[in-house]
Amino acid sequence: MSAPRSVGLGALVAAPAVLLAGALVLLLLLPALGLLLASSPAQLWGGVRHPLFLPALWLSARTSLLALLVVALTGTPLAWFLSRGQGALSRLLESLVDLPVVVPPAVIGVALLTAFGRQGLLGPALDGLGIALPFTTAAVVVAQAVVSAPFYVAAATQAFRQVDPELLDVARTLGASRTRAVLSVAVPVALPGLVSGLALAWARSLGEFGATLLFAGNLAGVTQTLPLAIYTALESDVRVAVALSLALVAVALLALVGLRSLPALLWRRG
Amino acid sequence: MTWSAVVRTRLGALALDVQLADRTGVTALLGPNGAGKTSLVRVLAGLLRPDAGRVVVGGEVVCDLGAGLCLPPEDRRVGYVPQGYALFPHLTALDNVAFGLRGRRTERRERARAVMAELSADGLVDRRVGALSGGERQRVALARALAVQPRLLLLDEPLAALDVGVRRTTRAYLGERVRQVGVPVVLVTHDVRDVDALADHVVVLEEGRVAQEGTVHEVGGAPEGAFAAEFFGVRT
Repeated sequence: MSAPRSVGLGALVAAPAVLLAGALVLLLLLPALGLLLASSPAQLWGGVRHPLFLPALWLSARTSLLALLVVALTGTPLAWFLSRGQGALSRLLESLVDLPVVVPPAVIGVALLTAFGRQGLLGPALDGLGIALPFTTAAVVVAQAVVSAPFYVAAATQAFRQVDPELLDVARTLGASRTRAVLSVAVPVALPGLVSGLALAWARSLGEFGATLLFAGNLAGVTQTLPLAIYTALESDVRVAVALSLALVAVALLALVGLRSLPALLWRRG
Repeated sequence: MTWSAVVRTRLGALALDVQLADRTGVTALLGPNGAGKTSLVRVLAGLLRPDAGRVVVGGEVVCDLGAGLCLPPEDRRVGYVPQGYALFPHLTALDNVAFGLRGRRTERRERARAVMAELSADGLVDRRVGALSGGERQRVALARALAVQPRLLLLDEPLAALDVGVRRTTRAYLGERVRQVGVPVVLVTHDVRDVDALADHVVVLEEGRVAQEGTVHEVGGAPEGAFAAEFFGVRT
């Protein structure tokens, strides 16, 4: 292909493409800008000092980090098996794990009630053990783990698939058991992918609203996470809701940047 | 030190059926693609469990399926250097070599350092493997495999990943080291120059069976079958 022709064609395609891409960037940035401009620093400070804020922030931090721990501990081995599996079962399992991504959170909330609620599948069994899950802090963690796990499992499966099987073979011939080969070779090699999966999952947990509301309720200090506190604030005072929202964005951004830069730091070590 | 293998296994379209007894020195494993070279190497390493067979390495029976025994790779002390070397990218050259060693971290590193010095690879100790050249990678991979004092060393196309210029010097290096260590070697190669420079014996595999075997001189002098004739024909 001659250079002038490709440039001409490129420019012809480029103009509408740039417009379309620009429109999306605007659509994504405008709400953030609106949020930023809707609140003065004084109002923001007021939001932070609002009685809803700190308990909700503390609850969000605790539950989302606990959910992240659960997701990492269970999702890592699952992702490993999915990445090595070739059979129909593993493909089916991979699709099933993705289900919570496509199912609306409200539906997940109802589904969790039918599974763990007093009248649910495991309700009687849990009742016998003296455990009532719905409308507790534990229910918040369960809801967050369910909605966020697919993000981690998908990213981790992808990351593990990139690990050259020869690395594990060599590790085995050097005396490593199957488990040690995975832990000391596959996990560190896949670490950047695992960490970005964790970041995604954590962001999803932090923003979780629908499933939490239905399965755990909106009890201040018990199940009222930041998104639920924003919803509650919106009913009384928009400005508080805006301030809470900004604070949530700031917390999420900070944590995301931190998590994203972790792999680079880890790889530089040693 | 010797090794022996009687292997029968089916892998897709390939029916591997090989008997090799009391091998010492460097055995070059030749054959067209799909002849079963890599499968045989994987069986010897313990990475592939055959349907039937018996493998003896350094006097120890590591696999005897008649008796229901087949040791996993970690219990065999068989060194393996795959094509492309498979160095661990998250570790330095030194920690790659120290990977298979036991003991405290400082002790392991000390021993790894000694192994690398023996292989004239001490200059590479602190390098990230991503920053190593092809020939340097090969040295680190060889040091890593030899550090655990294997009773058999498997080299799968150890020079194929290198540029032509580096290949010659690395071949000379490899030949020297392998003889010095004295461990029996199985060398998979597609290059007659590797056979001339490195091998004592030749085993030609075709469609999963041993088509011809003998010393390099015997097989090179009177190659039987189309593959061997073509392979050694390069020199005439």
